[in-house]
Amino acid sequence: MTRRLVYLLPLVLFLGVVAYFAVGLTRDPQKLPSTMIDRPAPEFALPPLLDSVPGLATADLKGQVALVNVFASWCAPCRVEHPILTGLARDGVTIFGINQKDKPEPAKRFLANLGNPYTRVGVDADGRASIDWGVYGVPETYVIDREGHVRYRHVGALTARDVSEKIRPMLRELSR
Amino acid sequence: MRALAVLAFLLAFLPGLAGAVQPDEVLADPALESRAREISKGLRCLVCQNESIDESNATLARDLRLLVRERLVGGDSNAEVLDFVVQRYGDFVLLSPPVRPSTWLLWYGPFGLLLAGAIAAVFYLRAQRRPAAVAEPELTGEERRRIEALLADEDRNS
Repeated sequence: MTRRLVYLLPLVLFLGVVAYFAVGLTRDPQKLPSTMIDRPAPEFALPPLLDSVPGLATADLKGQVALVNVFASWCAPCRVEHPILTGLARDGVTIFGINQKDKPEPAKRFLANLGNPYTRVGVDADGRASIDWGVYGVPETYVIDREGHVRYRHVGALTARDVSEKIRPMLRELSR
Repeated sequence: MRALAVLAFLLAFLPGLAGAVQPDEVLADPALESRAREISKGLRCLVCQNESIDESNATLARDLRLLVRERLVGGDSNAEVLDFVVQRYGDFVLLSPPVRPSTWLLWYGPFGLLLAGAIAAVFYLRAQRRPAAVAEPELTGEERRRIEALLADEDRNS
């Protein structure tokens, strides 16, 4: 009887390893978890892009539930998601912008042409603040709670579905 | 001359030398630069994912290469530089996953499997070598009589 069990041991172990790898391999490697979830947003202070809209620093994230959106005029998916951001802003959602590795002129034109959904826009010319946030693909959108903690990250252009299924419920939950 | 040209041609295809490091990124101190190269080779470019930042031409890879060099010049140890990047981008940024309880199965699982296979093989072979324990059953008196009758029959027929 014990001998039987010994013969079965490799099979059981093998199945265990298979299960472990099966779970690991079905995860989408493009969707990386942020290391900052439920942690305070990184320390940063970025100068303003526009005269009429202030810049963005860590302290500004405290006090309200908000989205932080990393964008650039050179980024095509940013144009795709822009109407969604303006829609959210119209509904009263606070959106802060980080303008990543952009030139001031095209960035200003981008907002002038498409509309400005951002309450604050910080210029991250060298991309260092973005690295502190763990940004690896623009656009990225973060949900920040009242304490200035990062609660969620979305990589890539936001779709209407992302907003209705994830972002809005989350904002509602945090605003309660 | 010709041999030199051939050598240069071949060298151009050596992957180890064909990093994406731009001349303006290279540090003046060769010791620091070689440490930077070593660190960069272990860091994943998150944009292209299966290239290290040392090989990738992506902007983020360049920014991270510069960052690695900056931290080294600032006096960080190799481990501190890696920690700095991992804090921001997570374990996935390391091309070689760290050994810790959640990755033990990944690192040691195959060896465990091999060991279990070896143990099972030893048990199996030992069982094979052991002589058959059960003796052959004796013939009953009735069977013996029938055999004798059959053999006698055969003798008569031949």
